[in-house]
Amino acid sequence: MSSASANPNTDNAPRGAIMALADSVSDVGAVAIRWVETLGDISLFGLSTLSWLLTRLPRRGTLLNSLYNIGVLSLPVVALTGTFIGMVLAVQSYTQFKAFGFETRLGALINMSMCRELGPVLAATMLAGRVGSAIAAELGTMRITEQIDALESMGANPVQYLVVPRFLGCLLMIPSLTLMAVFMGVVGGGFYAIHVLGIDSYHYWSNSREFVTNWDLFYGIFKSVFFGATIAIVSCYRGFHCAPGAEGVGRAATAAFVMSFVVILILDFLLSISLDNVHEFLWPDMMKG
Amino acid sequence: MVAADSKSNQPLIELSELSVQFGPQSVLRAIDLTVPRGQTLSVIGESGCGKTVLLKTIIGLVRPTEGYVEFDGKRLDELNDKALTAQRTRFGYVFQNAALFDSMTVAENVAFPLEQNRNMRFSQARDVVVNYLAEVGLPDSVMNQKPAQLSGGMRKRVGLARALAMDPEVILYDEPTTGLDPIMSDVINELIIRTREKHRVTSILVTHDMKNAFKTSDRIVMLYPLARLGRDESQIIFDGTPAEIEKSKDKRVSQFVRGEAGERLMEMREQANR
Repeated sequence: MSSASANPNTDNAPRGAIMALADSVSDVGAVAIRWVETLGDISLFGLSTLSWLLTRLPRRGTLLNSLYNIGVLSLPVVALTGTFIGMVLAVQSYTQFKAFGFETRLGALINMSMCRELGPVLAATMLAGRVGSAIAAELGTMRITEQIDALESMGANPVQYLVVPRFLGCLLMIPSLTLMAVFMGVVGGGFYAIHVLGIDSYHYWSNSREFVTNWDLFYGIFKSVFFGATIAIVSCYRGFHCAPGAEGVGRAATAAFVMSFVVILILDFLLSISLDNVHEFLWPDMMKG
Repeated sequence: MVAADSKSNQPLIELSELSVQFGPQSVLRAIDLTVPRGQTLSVIGESGCGKTVLLKTIIGLVRPTEGYVEFDGKRLDELNDKALTAQRTRFGYVFQNAALFDSMTVAENVAFPLEQNRNMRFSQARDVVVNYLAEVGLPDSVMNQKPAQLSGGMRKRVGLARALAMDPEVILYDEPTTGLDPIMSDVINELIIRTREKHRVTSILVTHDMKNAFKTSDRIVMLYPLARLGRDESQIIFDGTPAEIEKSKDKRVSQFVRGEAGERLMEMREQANR
């Protein structure tokens, strides 16, 4: 008689551990499959939006309303956050720059950061929070109150009627919002550096001009267009696939923001690498220099 | 002449072996049903037995898992998106809670199908909207109100006006009297009858309000929840006239018609305990 069969517990213990491990792997696999399915669904949803965009443009009134709601109403909050981010950058960087005697170069850091990174990401984050969640909640409510079914029953295509104007609104207005965030960040940072920290204004601005180029501004605006498209597609998708009830609408709104934000950060990373490569290809001497 | 006769004899809507399943849950199973032109059919049954799903499958909002819907001789499952959309515009759908677009005014809601399908501008559609609202007994003064400002009965009537603006051949009513007081329920019943007479439409009502079914219908069909049916039992447990349903010997039918719980509470408790 073997020792294992003499004590059945010693035989069952590793089997239980293997089963638990298998369950965990299966759970992880299920989550991964769900993620891949969702990604595929969102891609198809995006393609359907693009095909409707090419087939039939929304009515002028619908589009203007969308541009106003998405762009104009977001301007104040984007301007305010841009200003404070610029000032915070000045506060945070001043001590380090002063230690090396580089305080007049503070403008270069603030303005470069605003143009390339903080402006577009900030505008996109505010848009995802203010507009993306609202889009998901609005479309989610329309889904659960059968308004989307009503649209379809009357011969309208919900993607063409509801998604395309919002997609265009985000796509066309996010460059302006990014510009506003950049401008207010530059103004806020400059104001704090010159008037509060007492940095010489001539050197502050001349250093800024020397280091920040049109390419940096283009860099930020180019990225923002992708962020705008992501916010619109993800938020509309979440609204269209809203679960029933108030809880479902709440979840759709939260998921729209979280998913948009995660995708924005991933896109930001990938686009930054791509744009740096493009810059190196176009102007190889500048990269070396 | 012969062709016209054969078309009028042909059922306008035909469901053949229609089954609908959402994930693991089966809602409709092998439904066979024909609706002749001009008939008013009520589909009755307990909550959750698949009445609304049946209505949405008829208009193509829900795709059947098996079987098909044939409308005016064309199978909906064989149509492409464009052709299906064209078929849908021959229907008017009055949703359970009206499903009015809450970002639009009443007038914009009723004008929507006119703008969408007849390429009318809102200014052109305005007079037509006034007529449809008058037909359902609503004054001009509601035109600029938002749906949230209306009572339940008014919302249902705006929903009916919007369905009429489709100039439909078939009107589908999803629980048209649910949540209304008895007088408003009767107003809706009268409107359903008047709409049928004036516009000569085929109507399908989904309801569990027996007064509504008796007053408006030529024919009543009762659906039974699949969960309480045997494998080979038909989901349609009654198909006949309002007079016939009153005399039905089937206990499940007579209990429903009279609104008696019978042993249902006991059954529900047993199910819950299981």
